[in-house]
Amino acid sequence: MIPAAFEYERVDTVDAALAALAAHGDEAKLLAGGHSLLPLLKLRLAEPGVLVDIGPVRALSYIRDDGDAISIGSLTRHRDLETSDTLAAHAPLLRAAAHQVGDPQVRHRGTIGGSVAHGDPASDLPATLLALGATMLVRGPAGERRVDADDFFVGFLETALSPDELLVEISVPKATGAGWSFQKFNRRAQDWAIVGVACQATPTGARIGLVNMGSTPLRARGTEHAVGSGATIPDAAAVAHEGTAPTSDLGGSAEYREHLCRVLVRRALTQATAPA
Amino acid sequence: MDIVLTVNGEERSAAVESRLLLVHFLRETLGLTGTNVGCDTSSCGACTVHVDGESVKSCTMLAVQAHGADIVTIEGLADGERLHPMQAAFRTHHGLQCGYCTPGMVMAAVSLLRENDDPTEAEVREGLEGNLCRCTGYHNIVDAVLAAAKEGAT
Repeated sequence: MIPAAFEYERVDTVDAALAALAAHGDEAKLLAGGHSLLPLLKLRLAEPGVLVDIGPVRALSYIRDDGDAISIGSLTRHRDLETSDTLAAHAPLLRAAAHQVGDPQVRHRGTIGGSVAHGDPASDLPATLLALGATMLVRGPAGERRVDADDFFVGFLETALSPDELLVEISVPKATGAGWSFQKFNRRAQDWAIVGVACQATPTGARIGLVNMGSTPLRARGTEHAVGSGATIPDAAAVAHEGTAPTSDLGGSAEYREHLCRVLVRRALTQATAPA
Repeated sequence: MDIVLTVNGEERSAAVESRLLLVHFLRETLGLTGTNVGCDTSSCGACTVHVDGESVKSCTMLAVQAHGADIVTIEGLADGERLHPMQAAFRTHHGLQCGYCTPGMVMAAVSLLRENDDPTEAEVREGLEGNLCRCTGYHNIVDAVLAAAKEGAT
């Protein structure tokens, strides 16, 4: 499979990337690791006129301890996330979720920013960032702005990013000592999740992100509310599907996904709240 | 678009179309046909090569993205007539049936041992999750990788 022809521009700084986006308007797509975009190009589901390759922007590859939060450059690869000692100490849920992305080859190339900016509800990291209460740092012609993960995923493969903006950093509040669980259910090792659940639990409640339960990554708000009100785990998990709208496809029917969602949320809460 | 890169230790330069995939550059521009195209959808791993020392699916990378990179294909693994220890282990343990997945499997296995030089059987199986053997000959492949690890192959 061969992508449709496109112009290719390689940049090595954020400013150059923004200038290229400004010059080409919505004709341009950013290329990071390429593991979300290239498959779409090869299937000709996307045919951008210009690809702006931000792969060489080394300054956006980092995992930094910023006191109350861990700051992660958008071009940090899944491989760097899954092997990070900083994440192991302060955001172990993100490290575990990154280890579940694709396979080793995919994790050697794919980036957190690419995955998040692609906004696929079936991806592991967007739902994980919802559970973590992450914040996206976005840079555009007018400067920088911060967008909460809850406001970032607005539709199927659609995010709050404008065509002239670049996601530069993901900030994850430290969750040192919090309980967590990442549940991914699929039929083959490297597949996307049929349903996935990212859960982080603290003494006061839980935040739960759902993978592949609607057109965007979602929070299991019914369950979160129930946990906060003191419900038992089985009772809280029984409402995990509320507010979701999963599709039916070869992986399973919508009804099956709702069932799986309740089962995986129960397992996730059980694991996340188990004594260490 | 002009690119300059190192392939199997040799500097190569070429003018390529932006949309050319790395695997097609290797196979068709350079004639290195050891790297196979299997599924063409980043699933099967038959096209696995090393980019800067790490396994990558060359069907999911543009040749222009490899500008400046150090690429090693299955042709670059052996030292002259002497097989790389991983290749030798695949031969000794008969880690292949039809052989189509073998180049990608070997490249993925070498990359795996660079990251974990003493893997358990479970870690080998998980570490090769990006490579499919349609003959389902995984048993001997896993044996080969474990044997290569024992011999200190990286």
